[in-house]
Amino acid sequence: MENRNYISSYCAVKEGEVIVDHSTSYSEKTLPSIDFIKSVYKHFQLNYPKFYKMDHLCKLAFVTSELLLKSNPVTQKYSSEDIAIIIANSTSSLEIDTEHQNTISDKNNYFPSPAIFVYTLSNILIGEIAIRNSIKGENTFFIFDKFDPDFMSSYINSLLNSGKAKCCITGWVDFYENKYESFLYTVEKEKGTLNIEHTSEQLKKLFNN
Amino acid sequence: MNVFVASDNIISPLGFTSSENFEQLKKMHTGVKRIENSDLSDEAVCAAIIDTQKLNDEFQKQDLTSKGLEKEYTRLEKMAILSIKDCLKQNPKINISGKRTLLVLSSTKGNIDLLDASMSSKFDRKRVYLWETANIISRYFQNPNQPIVVSNACISGVLAIIIGKRLLEDNTYDTVIVSGVDIMTHFVVSGFQSFKAISNEVAKPYDSKRDGISLGEGCGTIVLTNDPGLTLNNEQQIIVKGGSSSNDANHISGPSRTGDGLFLAIEKTLKEANVKAEEVNYISGHGTATLYNDDMESIAISDAQLAAVPMNSLKSYFGHTLGAAGLIESIVGLHSMRENTLIGTYNFNELGVAKPINIIKNTTAAVVNNCLKTAAGFGGCNAAVFFQKVQKN
Repeated sequence: MENRNYISSYCAVKEGEVIVDHSTSYSEKTLPSIDFIKSVYKHFQLNYPKFYKMDHLCKLAFVTSELLLKSNPVTQKYSSEDIAIIIANSTSSLEIDTEHQNTISDKNNYFPSPAIFVYTLSNILIGEIAIRNSIKGENTFFIFDKFDPDFMSSYINSLLNSGKAKCCITGWVDFYENKYESFLYTVEKEKGTLNIEHTSEQLKKLFNN
Repeated sequence: MNVFVASDNIISPLGFTSSENFEQLKKMHTGVKRIENSDLSDEAVCAAIIDTQKLNDEFQKQDLTSKGLEKEYTRLEKMAILSIKDCLKQNPKINISGKRTLLVLSSTKGNIDLLDASMSSKFDRKRVYLWETANIISRYFQNPNQPIVVSNACISGVLAIIIGKRLLEDNTYDTVIVSGVDIMTHFVVSGFQSFKAISNEVAKPYDSKRDGISLGEGCGTIVLTNDPGLTLNNEQQIIVKGGSSSNDANHISGPSRTGDGLFLAIEKTLKEANVKAEEVNYISGHGTATLYNDDMESIAISDAQLAAVPMNSLKSYFGHTLGAAGLIESIVGLHSMRENTLIGTYNFNELGVAKPINIIKNTTAAVVNNCLKTAAGFGGCNAAVFFQKVQKN
């Protein structure tokens, strides 16, 4: 089997900007983190009521994945069990972990809630993307100090080369203390319009842009 | 290429080595106890907790022989370090500080206890990041590679074994230390209490009277290698033959009613292992003892034509140890294979799940040449991994 794989589409949401496949599709530099993410949701008229229940991390993952899959609707091309979702970040779910901790730290004001607690797992954002798009393939959430193009490219290439997935939605989604950064992309055997080989070097370039 | 088990360890309330744990399981002794007046919860809670004094004493003993790099280690780090150390003691051939040795850490919450105000002054804030926790454990053993952290709810442990296998097959490493660890905290207990998911008694997996989970803490470590020469001469060789994960794309905090996600993970795993359903000797189930999880599993197992295969849950012995569960329960499977002994499901009396499955009630002798380990978790994730004995010619 051909061992090359390609980045067929990507979406980055950071520093008040949304970039899809090299071009800025929305920019709003004045809003603080979560307000900016909500403004992305409104700007692109992403109609999904569950969005409002999500924590900040999942909201960021949701808007990024929606715009990625709008640009490259892989769910129409592959069967649900052949699409993998493999995402990483640095701060896990610490944003909502802190919120849950605040609900239990004072015995006189004790109010832990399942609606918060359920989000205290980083892989819930994979679940949200899977549910939204009926994707049933491999899923894994990794935690790294920084985005690791070497590991991610080699692990995902081998997943595709061994036939364990035909397409992978992957990348980085991080939200903590008002800092946010997301970069999701699709990897396929086909070149797609972007025609960027899925190598560590290419990934580094795209991520740092 | 084959991926072999080179060593394993379990740290739990039942013991600090795999053998100690397995001896207790054979006698069907549980580590879950009713705990009152603790820092974990205002109400009494049934859980499997490691005695802090014992943990600290053991760590102190071990630490004398090494150059501790940190002033102090957290409860979670101590468990993981002790667990890995015991693996090295069991099999001195393992080169932990080698260039081609990697640590894969599985944990859902890591040092989450450090968020509590009483702890935050004792340790650097950075310590709550899972990658830093992994760095500290890896540095303790002077391993030169950046560790990999898997944090994928309750399938983390099974997933970490699968990832270890794949990295060895890619020939990036010769040895992968897969360690899964989570601790009991007020954070986790309060969350599951808010879900009303915790039973007032010891959990009753697959039972008609089951009413929720028991929580637990612990660590399990499996050392994997692609070098058969690294396995122990006097021990039955076991390989990891297949593994897969999936999502049921149904609900973030409830399993699919149809079990299709778990079914898919099992199907892909058996296909990779090149094994037919009727060849499976034993299933180590997830068996959290919630109403929905156990029903879902019974449907998936039944749909996979595995309903007759002896199956157990170990959650009524160890509690649900979250990121450690997949490791701990797989290791028990390894010992069941080596000793040809299937462990009875503690607290199981009468089957009460959606589809009939073959739950092991009492510990029994049986030929166990292989083991299918399954897991499911929040976020709709499912995973399965398949272990098999290497038959000598």
